[in-house]
Amino acid sequence: MNAPPPRPVAHEHPHVHALGQDHDHAHGQDGSPGAVPSAEVPPEGIPAGRIVIEHLHHVYPDGTEALCGIHLVVEPGERLALVGPNGAGKSTLMLHLNGILEPSHGSVSIDGVTVDRSTARSVRARVGLVFQDPDDQLFSPTVREDVAFGPIHMGLPEASIHDRVERALAAVGMSGFERRVPHHLSVGQRKRVSVATVLSMDPAILVFDEPTAGLDPRGRRELMALMASRRETLLVSSHDMAMVAEVFPRVVILDGGTVVADGPADQILDDEVLLLAHGLERPCRSERGHGGQGLGPLGRTS
Amino acid sequence: MELDRHIPRDSPVHRFDPRLKLVLAVTAIVGIALLPSGSFGAFAIVWLVTVAASSLARLGPWRLTRSSWIVLPFVIVALPLIFTRPGEVLVTFDVGPFSLTITQEGVRDALSIVTKSWLSVQVALLLAYTTPFPTLIDALRSLRLPAIMVSIISFMYRYLAVIGEAAGRMNRARDARSASGAGHGGSITWRARVAGSMVGSLFIRSYERSERVYAAMLARGFDGTLRGAVLAGPAIAELVAFAVALAAMALFVAGIILWGPRW
Repeated sequence: MNAPPPRPVAHEHPHVHALGQDHDHAHGQDGSPGAVPSAEVPPEGIPAGRIVIEHLHHVYPDGTEALCGIHLVVEPGERLALVGPNGAGKSTLMLHLNGILEPSHGSVSIDGVTVDRSTARSVRARVGLVFQDPDDQLFSPTVREDVAFGPIHMGLPEASIHDRVERALAAVGMSGFERRVPHHLSVGQRKRVSVATVLSMDPAILVFDEPTAGLDPRGRRELMALMASRRETLLVSSHDMAMVAEVFPRVVILDGGTVVADGPADQILDDEVLLLAHGLERPCRSERGHGGQGLGPLGRTS
Repeated sequence: MELDRHIPRDSPVHRFDPRLKLVLAVTAIVGIALLPSGSFGAFAIVWLVTVAASSLARLGPWRLTRSSWIVLPFVIVALPLIFTRPGEVLVTFDVGPFSLTITQEGVRDALSIVTKSWLSVQVALLLAYTTPFPTLIDALRSLRLPAIMVSIISFMYRYLAVIGEAAGRMNRARDARSASGAGHGGSITWRARVAGSMVGSLFIRSYERSERVYAAMLARGFDGTLRGAVLAGPAIAELVAFAVALAAMALFVAGIILWGPRW
């Protein structure tokens, strides 16, 4: 591969970080004190964490048309759940957000930057993509190395890498697990470390594929609390309708590669006919409620 | 499927710089291999050193001696030497049209090979017991082993465990569906066929996983060059101990080769 050398990142100074945090406060909900500064300084005049998808088509090499004209705009700090049956194109869509797949037609842009081969590397620092299986996400011998992978490949200096690893692990309640081996952790712990591996890159947008799949109830609650506590733009695909109802104010239904519904979670999750038509089901009333209110503090297992 | 044999203890051997420890272990193994055949006195001294090292590492004096018997199957490799090495004849058997001759030199060489492998395994075990596997990988990286080899070893360490789990699940699924006679899991051919398709499906799964892992690496800024953390330099005291140990080994091996008693 002849990709350019890692770009030195100019916003590493703590002062600039603080500034970035203020920016973020303006858009997101009020961050709790001591929250992790999450966004990079956006380019002039463009807010951090905005996703614009226009006319997106994707045809796989075998001729399968996975996405047929997606239009979607996600505002900074917004939490959006992508639901739909298996094979609806959710994962394909997510892989476009940081340039792992390239559109056959149409475009994806992140904070005004069109994602293509030349911008993919800088976009990947802004979009933190967490894959469904933590065994795919965690590929290093130790937790520390895995969380440091992103910052190291962003070309950051040693001291800043160390800081970011500590902050990211603290944010997911996994401090003290640095030297542990991923296959000795529980599934829930692996999942939280997976989230830390992208938080360490300080992305403006978090994208999770099926975050609660395979988790036990406690692991699921912990992950929901974690998602509710983040101030980044959050885009999640899921079959877990109760979780969607609880954490996500906006829901998009994807089926057959197109957006079939897009709106407030209250409306969409109440429309039983719509949900059933797309192989989904309505979440139970008892679990309803938005914005993660009533979620307990992030559990710590250490 | 566990590569990590690290036994956590608080000892000077555990704390010793992993790079220097690795170099010392490899040197010791090369040194053992260089010892002339039949120098059993020297072998005894090396063994005493491993006993001392085992105690120093707080593993108990006999731990290395005890757990290094895994070398025994390799004795079979050395066995033909007993009969094939020309020299002073001890015994001759007649087996049908052939006759087997055991020579003194044959016995000596076979015994030497077995002892040397046994001692080398002890040295390797000492390294493995006192160093976590991920630290060994860091050590290899900072010793400038080519990055591609370091990453192969580190992926192997990570994914051997994952593949092992998958194989275990498939085995259980097979057992759950094999309801044949008491104590047998079906005929040999049937089991071979099942094992064959298991290997095939493990390969396919691993291949697919590799693509997802690669995507996960790309998503975090991987550009084809693997970079790793850098270890801090070793302390002066460690360097001195390293130099002394290296010199002692060299002198010992040279001394035995030049002037050592032979059997």
